[in-house]
Parts: sequence; structure tokens; C-alpha cells
Amino acid sequence: MKSITLELNGERISTTALPRTHLADLLREELRLTGTHLGCEHGVCGACTLEIDGAPARSCITLAVACDGSTVRTVEGFDADPVMQALRAAFTEHHALQCGYCTPGMLITARDIAMRLPWADEARIREELAGNLCRCTGYVGIVRAIASVIAARNSANGGR
Amino acid sequence: MKAPAFDYVRARCLDEALALRVAGDDEAKYLAGGQSLGPLLNLRLARPSRLIDVRRLPELAGWSDEGAMLRIGAGLTHAAIEDGVLPGALGRFLASVARGIAYRAVRNRGTLGGSLAHADPAADWVSTMALLDARLEVRSQSGSRVIAAADLVDGPLSTRLAPEELIVAVRVPKGSPAARWSYRKFNRKPGEFAKAIAAFCVDPERQVCRAVIGATDGAPVVIFEAAELLTSDAACDAAVAAAGFRPGAFQHQVHAVMLRRARLALAEGIA
Repeated sequence: MKSITLELNGERISTTALPRTHLADLLREELRLTGTHLGCEHGVCGACTLEIDGAPARSCITLAVACDGSTVRTVEGFDADPVMQALRAAFTEHHALQCGYCTPGMLITARDIAMRLPWADEARIREELAGNLCRCTGYVGIVRAIASVIAARNSANGGR
Repeated sequence: MKAPAFDYVRARCLDEALALRVAGDDEAKYLAGGQSLGPLLNLRLARPSRLIDVRRLPELAGWSDEGAMLRIGAGLTHAAIEDGVLPGALGRFLASVARGIAYRAVRNRGTLGGSLAHADPAADWVSTMALLDARLEVRSQSGSRVIAAADLVDGPLSTRLAPEELIVAVRVPKGSPAARWSYRKFNRKPGEFAKAIAAFCVDPERQVCRAVIGATDGAPVVIFEAAELLTSDAACDAAVAAAGFRPGAFQHQVHAVMLRRARLALAEGIA
């Protein structure tokens, strides 16, 4: 076992894991943060997407030991975040989820798109979402939800 | 699936990483961003005895301008390149290539050196660096050497690197102000593995006119005298056939169409 210290959702935690344990399993099985979902477990489906050191990452292909000393933010860690609050409301309003399995990863990616690409149009939003699969085929609602949050942020910033 | 058992050690400096590799056994592997190795571990296609984490090594970070060449640290992420940390026209070309690599969440951790060492035939940097005549700076405890990027790959997921060797940096010719590049790939969905890659590098002041056909069954095919390809679709089709793709087959068609599109993109000045 290796000891691991993380800044996890604003809290400093210390735990241990085998080198083979990926970050999502550590979060779900040891730390009981089950908001992070596991789909394909080889980096394709995007369900396990969370933030490591401020940037979206796949927790299923990132070893927990490799994150020792990192800041990790899961979907549970955004309750006070205004962009995530707006995205959650927009996902509800635009019916951007059905079964909800992809939603945690979708929200992390959506927030990254809204903050990093405030000029993104529908085509760019779709390109950026290519790494998050929704098998309820809910992309129309998801794209609309993200576009609405981008538009609201831009008009709040005085238009762009 | 879950990864098999292995040991893990994080190296604090380059010398320590190289020493760990030589002190270990042949089944040890270097780990950088882990975005290619991670899936292989979970699928149990890779079964290393030990991973030596080189992701945070200061010697692999950053880049420097060396006049005629850009020296890019092997640890630079695809996302950093996409976001334009590399300067000039070459930096913009590399940024456009980086944007097409997998997905942003993967680009945030995946590294230039890791992608090259992994040597997936569909990897964007494998074809791009071969096209650009980049030089790989390789280190091991017994010394250092330089490998031409075009000579790196000797088969799918296989390179001419010795097990204990580590790519520390990639030197890329910046080209003259007249240098131009174009890059096209075919995938059915953005970010998935490319079915075909084609690219051009033209720099009249250096007498450079090269093309590359990538996403093959092994190493990318570099065409060192590609002037004829710039003027003729038939020459593009013939080059793809010479690269080993049978005319009429799907593989030939997608590679030939990408080569034609890369030629048009070069003519129109769109990377």
C-alpha cells in the first residue's frame, strides 16, 4: 500500500491505496464519493471525468498514487460554485439527462467548456463533448443547456 | 476491468528515474501522463512489474527557443500545446494538431513524450514529428543519443528505444518564415483513433517538401520529395498505394482522401 494525501473537495485527506487502484475506485470504494461514475474504464466514455489540479481528467485511467499531492474536485465538490449551479438548473430546464449515468462527467466537461471557451458555438460545444458519451441520446438537451449558460454568462459580462 | 498488480515509484529527478529503471527489471516501465498506458493496464494488455512516474520531472517540463529549433520538453501536455504555449507559426500548427488529440480531459494529462514512446500508429505526434523531421533527445543511465522521429517507430506500439531509455525532449525545426504545414485526419467522431492521417510540410527556403501518411499498420510513411503530390490527385493516390494500401480498398480510399484534403488545405493556407 502507498500513502496518498489529497486536497479533496476543499478538505485535506490522507489515505492509502495499492498502486493498481485508479482514482475513481479510491473515491467510490474507499472514500464513498459515488458521484463519480465508471463506464468503460478505459478513458473513452467520460463518465468518470472530474477535476485534478483544476483541469478535467479521467479518473478511471489515472492512478490514485499518481495523484498524491494533487487537488481533486469531484461532482460533489461544486455545490458553492455559481457556474455549476447555473449548469444544474439548465440541465433540468433543458431535459439534459434521462438516466443520469453520464451526468457527473457531463457537468464537469460542461463547466470546463463554459469557463474555457466562452465564445463556443453549437459546433464547438459538440466537438468538446465528443469525449462524454450519453446513451440515452440526450445530446440536444445537453448542448442547449451548455449554450444557455454560456449565453447567460456572456450577457452578465456585458455581452461578448 | 482493473489493472494487474504492480509496484509504483515516483522519481524526484531525471537521474533518479534513469537509475531506478536500470536498477529494476526489464518489465518496469516509465509512466508519464498515463493516458495510453492507463487503458492498457485496465485491459491487462500491459503487465509491468513496476511503474516509474516521470510526469513531474522538472527536466521534462517546459520548452526553449534554440534559434533554428524549438526544444519541447517531453513532459509538455497536449493541452498546453493546444493552448498555444509554443511560439510562432510552428507553435500555431502544433496547437491545431494538439486540439484533435483524443479529448480535453485526456489532453490535460497526456504528454508529447509519452505519446511518442507509446507509438500507437494512429497517434498524432508520431506522424507529425516524423513529418517535421524532429529529433528526439533520449537518455539512459549509460548516456544520451538522438533519434530521428521518422526512425522511432518499428511497428504498432513498438519503438527502437531500448527499455531503459527515456525521451526527455523533442527538437523541432522552426522552418523559415515561408514554411507552411497542413494536417488532416479521418475519424468518424472527434477524438477517436484516426483511421487515416496525412500532412504536408513545405519550406522552399530550406528545400523542404515533405508529406506523411499516418495511421498505417506500423510506422508513418514519410515522403521526402513530395512536390509532385502538391499538383496531382493521381500522384496522391499513387503515393498511398506505394505506402502499402491496395487501391480500391477502404484503407486506400480514406488515406488518399486525407492526402488530397491536406494538399488542398496547404494550398488554401489553412493548417
